[in-house]
Amino acid sequence: MRPVSYSRVADVATAIGTVAADPGSAFLAGGTTEVDLQRIHVSRSRRLVDINDLPLRQIEELPGGGVRIGALARMSDVAQALPIRRRFPMISQALLLGASPQLRNMASIGGNLMQRVRCGYFRDVVAPCNKREPRTGCSALHGVNRGHAVLGTSEHCIATHPSDVGVAFMALDAVVLTQGPGGQRQIAIDDFYLVPGDRPDREHPLAHGELVVAIEVPPTPMASTSLYLKVRDRESYEFALASAAVAISLHDGTIDDVRLALGGIATKPWRARRAESVLTGAPATPETFTSAAEAELADAIGHGMNDFKIELARRTVVRALRMVTGDPQLHDGMAEGLLSEDGSGPADGSGPADGSGS
Amino acid sequence: MKSYVEAASAVQTADTAVVRGPNSVVVRLSVNGTVRNMLIEPRVSLLDALRDRLDLTGAKKGCNQGACGACTVWVDKRRVLACLTLAITCETREVTTIEGLSDGVDLHPMQQAFVTQDAFQCGYCTPGQIMSAVAFLAEGHAADDAQIREWMSGNICRCAAYPNIRAAIRQVRDDAATENPDAAG
Amino acid sequence: MSPAIGAALDRVDGRAKVTGAARYSGEISLPNLSHAVLVGARIPSGRIIGIDCREAMVADGVLAVLTHLDLDRVAATPKLFPSLAGLTAHGQSFFPMQDDVVHYAGQPVAIVLADTLERAEHAATLVQVTYAETPSVTLLDAGRDRAYEPEKIFGGLVPGRNPTRGDPEAALRDAELNLDLTYRFAVNHQNPLEPSTTTAAWDDNDRLTVYDSTQGPTATQLSVAELLGLPPINVRVVSHYVGGSFGAKALIWPHVTLAALAARRIGRPVRLALSRDQMFHSCGHREEQEQRIRIGAGRDGRLTALTHDKISLTSHFDDWAETSLESAAIAYASPTYAGGYRLVRGNIITPTFTRGPGEATGMFALESAMDELAYLTGIDPLELRLRNHADNDPDTGKPWSSKGLKECYQRGAELFGWSDRDPEPGTRRDGQWLIGTGMATAAYPVAAPISPQRARARMYGDGSAVVEAGISEFGTGALTAMTQVAADGLGLPVHRVRFVGGTTDLPNIAAAVGSAGSGATSSAVHLACVQLRDQLIRHAVADQGSPLHGADPDTVVVRDGRMCRRDSPEVGETYHELLDRNHMPDVEALGTWMPVLPMGSDHAMHTFGAQFAEVAVDADLGRIRVRRLVGVFAPGRVLNRKTAHSQLMGGMLWGLGQALLEATRMDPHTGRYANENLADYLVPVNADAPDVTIETIEVPDSVVNPLGVKGVGEIGIVGTSAAIANAVHHATGRRIRELPITLEHLL
Repeated sequence: MRPVSYSRVADVATAIGTVAADPGSAFLAGGTTEVDLQRIHVSRSRRLVDINDLPLRQIEELPGGGVRIGALARMSDVAQALPIRRRFPMISQALLLGASPQLRNMASIGGNLMQRVRCGYFRDVVAPCNKREPRTGCSALHGVNRGHAVLGTSEHCIATHPSDVGVAFMALDAVVLTQGPGGQRQIAIDDFYLVPGDRPDREHPLAHGELVVAIEVPPTPMASTSLYLKVRDRESYEFALASAAVAISLHDGTIDDVRLALGGIATKPWRARRAESVLTGAPATPETFTSAAEAELADAIGHGMNDFKIELARRTVVRALRMVTGDPQLHDGMAEGLLSEDGSGPADGSGPADGSGS
Repeated sequence: MKSYVEAASAVQTADTAVVRGPNSVVVRLSVNGTVRNMLIEPRVSLLDALRDRLDLTGAKKGCNQGACGACTVWVDKRRVLACLTLAITCETREVTTIEGLSDGVDLHPMQQAFVTQDAFQCGYCTPGQIMSAVAFLAEGHAADDAQIREWMSGNICRCAAYPNIRAAIRQVRDDAATENPDAAG
Repeated sequence: MSPAIGAALDRVDGRAKVTGAARYSGEISLPNLSHAVLVGARIPSGRIIGIDCREAMVADGVLAVLTHLDLDRVAATPKLFPSLAGLTAHGQSFFPMQDDVVHYAGQPVAIVLADTLERAEHAATLVQVTYAETPSVTLLDAGRDRAYEPEKIFGGLVPGRNPTRGDPEAALRDAELNLDLTYRFAVNHQNPLEPSTTTAAWDDNDRLTVYDSTQGPTATQLSVAELLGLPPINVRVVSHYVGGSFGAKALIWPHVTLAALAARRIGRPVRLALSRDQMFHSCGHREEQEQRIRIGAGRDGRLTALTHDKISLTSHFDDWAETSLESAAIAYASPTYAGGYRLVRGNIITPTFTRGPGEATGMFALESAMDELAYLTGIDPLELRLRNHADNDPDTGKPWSSKGLKECYQRGAELFGWSDRDPEPGTRRDGQWLIGTGMATAAYPVAAPISPQRARARMYGDGSAVVEAGISEFGTGALTAMTQVAADGLGLPVHRVRFVGGTTDLPNIAAAVGSAGSGATSSAVHLACVQLRDQLIRHAVADQGSPLHGADPDTVVVRDGRMCRRDSPEVGETYHELLDRNHMPDVEALGTWMPVLPMGSDHAMHTFGAQFAEVAVDADLGRIRVRRLVGVFAPGRVLNRKTAHSQLMGGMLWGLGQALLEATRMDPHTGRYANENLADYLVPVNADAPDVTIETIEVPDSVVNPLGVKGVGEIGIVGTSAAIANAVHHATGRRIRELPITLEHLL
């Protein structure tokens, strides 16, 4: 790690003022991304501004059924918070299927939004990488790209966005609240995450010194039976190969409304709007689910080792929809256990689908 | 939803925070109930501060990037990874390491259970496993083996003593329930 | 007093490990300690045309930056030699930083020394190296057309072709059934959780102390001494605790001597800890390889022909292949056989031992093919194996020193519930999960060192004993098992015995590799203790003051520290009484065991076992979960039931990792591995590990060594991956002939 200086601040204004005034500085929250990337020289901050003392840890229920999550609330605390578990189980599940218990105790929800990609070439400072060093090329295009994205890619970058909870936020139309030198902003989550295009170095629209202060999840009644499905090689402590966050509202077997977002396969948490439009108003049948999955993945592009992700993503979509609609043929032969007390169990593919629909 | 909603006016930006480093500064850490001062650079991780400066080598370095759990310690009683924590950020917090888990005479029940169940081989991941396991029981998710498996998956054991680690955790959980049935569950 | 050997004694080093008191090689506090960080080549092939150290030299805290231009030359060219020999044990026949040539990515090109680790790490990034890159080969396929047949592999100890029996080609032509199958294996890395670490300190007399994470302190001592041009007496190695090895620390790699050279240069003790990413290119790996199996068989399932050919990637300087053909060659009674190795030279470090070296891949190939034969013939896989059981070594015709395989099959089948298996693939469902079961044979050669193995026993006047041998404790439980062996040898309770290892000051024991450690050490310890006991008995019967005076020494036994007549136990005295009366502060004996070499024996020596697995495969998503594993093994004498079972369990879960997770992926464009970390090189986590049922069948073996110990370190992994792959086939009907099996194979 390069030499770095340290400041600790106690209020938002000082935090923003300090970072905004020093181009070489960065906010330090849980540190799980920043310290890691500083150590391998991908992040090159000369000064870290510790914001952990800022009063941004509250998780509040909002009138009408939404929640507001302070940016410094830890992943573990958000996952366990009753309003989250009751109203938005997909958020809780996505958090608990991410990282490890220790990392979740450290990482803040704002930091999770800001986390960088896990592309091996991005992390290897001597490899060409457009995200790390613009215009040096993308090593992953013809390299080891089994984990890379099939949606939202460009010829400049195919790195997969690693967040799980970001996928749930994407499905739920969350809003990112920021405060910065330019004032306060509310940014729709879909605008907060940028696809790489020809500027893969730019992952979000924040200005230097602009701080995520909270994330708001608007009321979504059907989300109370939502779920997050994560597919990976290892049974835990691994990034997704494919994932889906889904909430659905059924009426007499017909889909009234649906929210679907995908992870592990795209350069940003991926809202599956094409699939949603196929699903909305259609009967909740496997055939519908398959059509929806095919529509969403129609433009997907594989790069060799990750070709399988296109098919895997389709199947993940279908599985998640079957689970959330309570398909009786799905039954889990294997005990799973993340959150057992209230039955809002995990969804690593199969968990007793706690989504009877509607 | 309209994006980029601009709200209140711009705030004053002024760099008013106290700057420490990048050269060595005195960092004051409370570790296992004792306050320790050391002269370190801000970039020094909690793990390297414990191991190289305080000679508390129980927390181990397996990957130095948050992928193995060998460095698990408690900060303010929560299990965290010392390799991704800068020591200087812990000045107002209480750090607990394996060396502080028991008094050095009588083992903590989890330490004893790890010995009894042979929950380790080379021992390198063991302090992290134990710090994780004790915190895990306090977190209250240890109702069944599926939960133990999931919630202990942040600690890699390359010797793969996993089934025995689960047995040790069950033993401590069940002994605690027997001794204090009201507190169980 | 019941025997200590075999008892499920808690680890004697357990307390040190659970309290954090155990000190590993990077945890030794020395005054004035400095930190070394290696700079690795970022190209796989070429020359260094410039190194600019100026910025690094002036960085805070930097003590020195060493490159090939100024590093001392080593006194000898290292020669790869497996550490079993008890001699020098270099991991490869190449030592870096002696010239400007780059042979593999990650090859050390500079060493940065600083007063703190952070400063050394940072300065290492400031060293600017420029290269002239030349074309490289880093994948098997890229050099396949240049494959060659090596005369010898494995440091010259193993011929490049196995002995041929009969005429397998003719037998294949004549066979009723033929199989011709090719299996591919990803590169595997051992990834012990403790990265290899060396702390080197010189004194004023050109004497060096090396604290090293090694499977063999003597191997480190002799190898480092040779490279430094010093007599072994000038190199002392200390290695009390090692954080796992699995082959990564079995041979001695350049970083160890580099640490010593750096420490001598700056006149301060140096700690050199490899980082996790450096572990992927600094101490060998299980090589990328492909194996072809051809089987000829009758419709009754009996083998008439077996051929087994391997092609693998090695380095530019060594003909290394893990010996994948040994167990497969003798696992079944095929009357004809041929097998051999071919190698491709690549720009990689020399491959090395990885747990279950050789046989973990070789038996995957054979046992997968046997499962295919079972389906081809319609014979139950277990029955097929019984029909082909080798009653004697099919190669030499020699009887086995011990076997026990049929008992393992039988007991394993009982524990697993194999008998009511429906062989039809793809028919059992549990919700969306397809369920399948599979089995495989486990086999591993009984290896022994080829040098004398020594241990020393010392009895103190109070009747307690310390027993010493220069082994290191890297998770095998050796300290505990040897305490038990010593207690029984001396006739003492275990709490009156202390076993000490971990330095080269102690009697020499070869590095514990290839499951030979427990056999070698227990033999030396046993002989030392028995000798000391007999010496004390002889003393007693010759002592007029002893109640045993005049007794025939052969009739005297020792129980609980008391020597007595076997036929009248009331006649006797304790060790303490004898020593005290004679004013003897202590008595010592050295035990030396000269191992039996396989070729010199009338018996064939091999360890066997049976593996069973049940898997669930997600019918849509292709995810594979192992639901349970059962392993029954016949490893000869089990020294400690608890630690032996743990080691076997660990081996089986390694097999799970090999089967489903572990792959280091080379990017041929950069010539570097693309996943040199523990987030992307996947090893099993707790959630992956099912409960594992293990039993051992104790088969007496009077040939392999004095206590009949065949070892448990490797046999656990062998066959597990095949049992899992066979279960995947049973679940899905799909044959996957590549490891690891990942979900894209099953979509």
